[in-house]
Amino acid sequence: MNVSNKYIFILLWIFSTSYTFGQQVKKAENGTFLLKNGMLHTVMHGTFTGDLLIQDGIIADMGKTVVAPNATVIDCSGKHVYPGLIDAGSRLGLAEIGSISLSNDYAELGAFVPHMRALSAINPNSVSIPVTRLNGVTTVFSKPEGGTFSGTGAVIDLFGYTPEQMSCGSERVVMQFPSTGLRGRWDRRKDTDIKSDAENALKKINEVWAEIINYHRIDSTATAQKTTWNRNNPAMDAMLPIVRKEQPLFIEVNSKADIETALEWIKSKNIKAVLMGVADGWRVADKIAAAKIPVITGPVLSLPRRDNDRYDAAYTNAGQMAKAGVKVAIRTNNAENTRNLPFDAGFAAAYGMGVEEALKAVTINTAEIFGIDNMYGSLDKGKVANVFVTDGDPFETKTQIEKLFIKGWDIPLESRQTLLKDEFLQRTPGLSK
Amino acid sequence: MVRILLIIATFCTTGFLYSQNILIKNGTVLTITDGIKENTDVLILNGKIAQIAKNIINPKNTRVIDASGLFVMPGIIDAHSHIALDAINEFASPVTAEVQVGDVLNPFDIAIYRALAGGVTISHAMHGSANAIGGQCQTIKHRYGVVDPEKLKMEGAPRTIKFALGENPIRVHGEGKNIIPNTRMGMEQTFRDAFAEGKLYMQRWDDFRKGLIKESPEYNLRLETMADIIKGDILIHCHSYRADEILMLMRVLKDYGVKKICFQHVNEGFKVAPELAAYGATASVFSDWWAYKFEVYYSTAYNASILTKNGVTTSINSDDPELIRHLYHEAAKTQRYGGLSDDEALRLITINPAQQLGIDHRVGSIAIGKDGDVVLFKNHPLSIYAIPQMTIVDGVVRFSIQEDPDDVRLEISPTANESSFYEEMHHSEEEDSCLQGFSEWMMEHKSK
Repeated sequence: MNVSNKYIFILLWIFSTSYTFGQQVKKAENGTFLLKNGMLHTVMHGTFTGDLLIQDGIIADMGKTVVAPNATVIDCSGKHVYPGLIDAGSRLGLAEIGSISLSNDYAELGAFVPHMRALSAINPNSVSIPVTRLNGVTTVFSKPEGGTFSGTGAVIDLFGYTPEQMSCGSERVVMQFPSTGLRGRWDRRKDTDIKSDAENALKKINEVWAEIINYHRIDSTATAQKTTWNRNNPAMDAMLPIVRKEQPLFIEVNSKADIETALEWIKSKNIKAVLMGVADGWRVADKIAAAKIPVITGPVLSLPRRDNDRYDAAYTNAGQMAKAGVKVAIRTNNAENTRNLPFDAGFAAAYGMGVEEALKAVTINTAEIFGIDNMYGSLDKGKVANVFVTDGDPFETKTQIEKLFIKGWDIPLESRQTLLKDEFLQRTPGLSK
Repeated sequence: MVRILLIIATFCTTGFLYSQNILIKNGTVLTITDGIKENTDVLILNGKIAQIAKNIINPKNTRVIDASGLFVMPGIIDAHSHIALDAINEFASPVTAEVQVGDVLNPFDIAIYRALAGGVTISHAMHGSANAIGGQCQTIKHRYGVVDPEKLKMEGAPRTIKFALGENPIRVHGEGKNIIPNTRMGMEQTFRDAFAEGKLYMQRWDDFRKGLIKESPEYNLRLETMADIIKGDILIHCHSYRADEILMLMRVLKDYGVKKICFQHVNEGFKVAPELAAYGATASVFSDWWAYKFEVYYSTAYNASILTKNGVTTSINSDDPELIRHLYHEAAKTQRYGGLSDDEALRLITINPAQQLGIDHRVGSIAIGKDGDVVLFKNHPLSIYAIPQMTIVDGVVRFSIQEDPDDVRLEISPTANESSFYEEMHHSEEEDSCLQGFSEWMMEHKSK
């Protein structure tokens, strides 16, 4: 090896090592994959043993036997194949380290900021994203939660390096309904003050709503007459799909009294809506069902909201609403531990919802609520290839996820947490003498 | 009033008036220390486990419980909690070894019942983590229904004390009050000063007792406590996260010959597992909490399994009134993250925390002579579908899913039928429960 070659070699070596250390996890691989002979849990068409072909990012074929000569064959005998789980409410990508406010982007200032767009602020390289997807959670609704009209959340796939690569094409406006609940043990407002606070807040909302309607009328008239008008109000623009019933409004509301007020308010405004949180849902499940309004609830693993509630109120809530006929999706409402979604679903299943319904609450129901069920939420030909393979029930705590595909990419089963395990399980050097 | 009496009466009848004699028939007994015994009976007499065998004949005055198809395991133990406490942090100084949370126990805390409904019979009610050396903690039994705070205390449990490292004491004292510790360097010296003072105090009293000095030293409860720590009479439970600070405290303790230390949270314990094992230190960890502040950003959910595989006695704790309700599920996460066996995983919430609290001769396994603390589960406790059916403390049924009333409050408002609705049941994401009360305290402190 001559001198210049040696230098090139060293340079290459430095480049390759620094490159390896620079990335979080191994690169994902694109390709055509045939999952052979697995137990396919389709969600919509039952469960059967068969093959599933992943090609060009979608489920290209599925059946008892699929032939694909050019595909990389993955033997799934004795394994289970599921559609990627979808968290219906999370802060993933918008929150990195809880106590460091500058790393958190989910709460913008101002009461009326529906145009604040989560998709622009989501960090595709958040360390929590690989951590989350390793539990089979492939897709989340990442949402803002400040003010009254908090902003526009986005449904994202947990793989990609730009907003465009991650977006599932569904962005939804989030609203926090005025609350008559206490904000914490430290909240010592009088009952009368709490009530008037909430009434005043609703009054303000209605005032803003009148402006929105006005804006919508001007805009509609201008559009109909094909005239231009001086529109420069992005907050109002963000509300147009809501008042035009093109999109539901996603409303966070939790106590019985507030849910009842919200149901009336939704009716009076003649809009489509989805309720989020809904901790007291079991108390008014029939009313929610009658209003035909879907619900996103969770985390299931949470405390009852009243001291006189049954200890299992939060565990049974999702199941009680589902039994009453409400379409229910489950969320973690978490950031770094969004990975616990299958366990929230598992607890809901154990406490009355049943495994089948709980699986729907983290797959197809969520996809339907966000208007993406044509592409997500079940194993179906033509849908996005978000698929994972397990050695058992994905809700069961000890189950291992053995293969993971997001948009057809073969995702390495690595996160910073597994890399730390690899480094430290048998640390070298070990104990110094 | 009638309602209050009714509730008290309910607890009395299911509790004290019933004998502490129970025969649990035909369960799958997960003894923890002696394997799994199928179709086996467990007899509790006078609050203690008297017999474990097949087909035990029912003695007189004994309640019989059919556990066919159920799993029977020892009561779950939480080595880190703050339930049943009216106060958590004495913020006033970096060293407050003299204060005791045993003075502020609240037997009316509904969280005790909710923990029972999750199979937890014992918790370690801890002082918070505001101070380098906080207050003394209290091991309590979940005898929900008693109204005398003293009755919650586990008789004969060793004294324990809370230490704290890292961000919390630095935030409270350095950032909050502009005094040492403001760095992890200051943390070390705060401990060294406190131990040095304690040792000097001990020596002065020894000298006085030997007649070497005539005048008795001034009695000081803080230093008395430090002396008891040095003598090994108080077990240390130290709130900690980062590997470097864990090593630091072990060096300090080594210099003073203190052997018994349980590191709490210890998110980076996995990085120094060989050193922890060599020192004989133990670890009480979260199953998967991380990223709520910078010092837990480089965590891994494999922590408990790495520690276990490196020979460190490890437990899974809650530090939280919600998490405490499903420690059996938290323990099972070590099977997803690290593949621990059923036996290893169950030890994390039974005999291991018992060892860390110095009560393993009394509880933590189903063995003859131990306390009658037992939980019955539908489905295996490590399954996601596990549902606790009955929780027995000292032979008294304190939770039964069959007899679980909708409202179990012991303290009821005379004017309102229902308690207030809380939008936020959890502490703020920015703080662990260990720093409970900090924001309020800071506001008051700054306005002064």
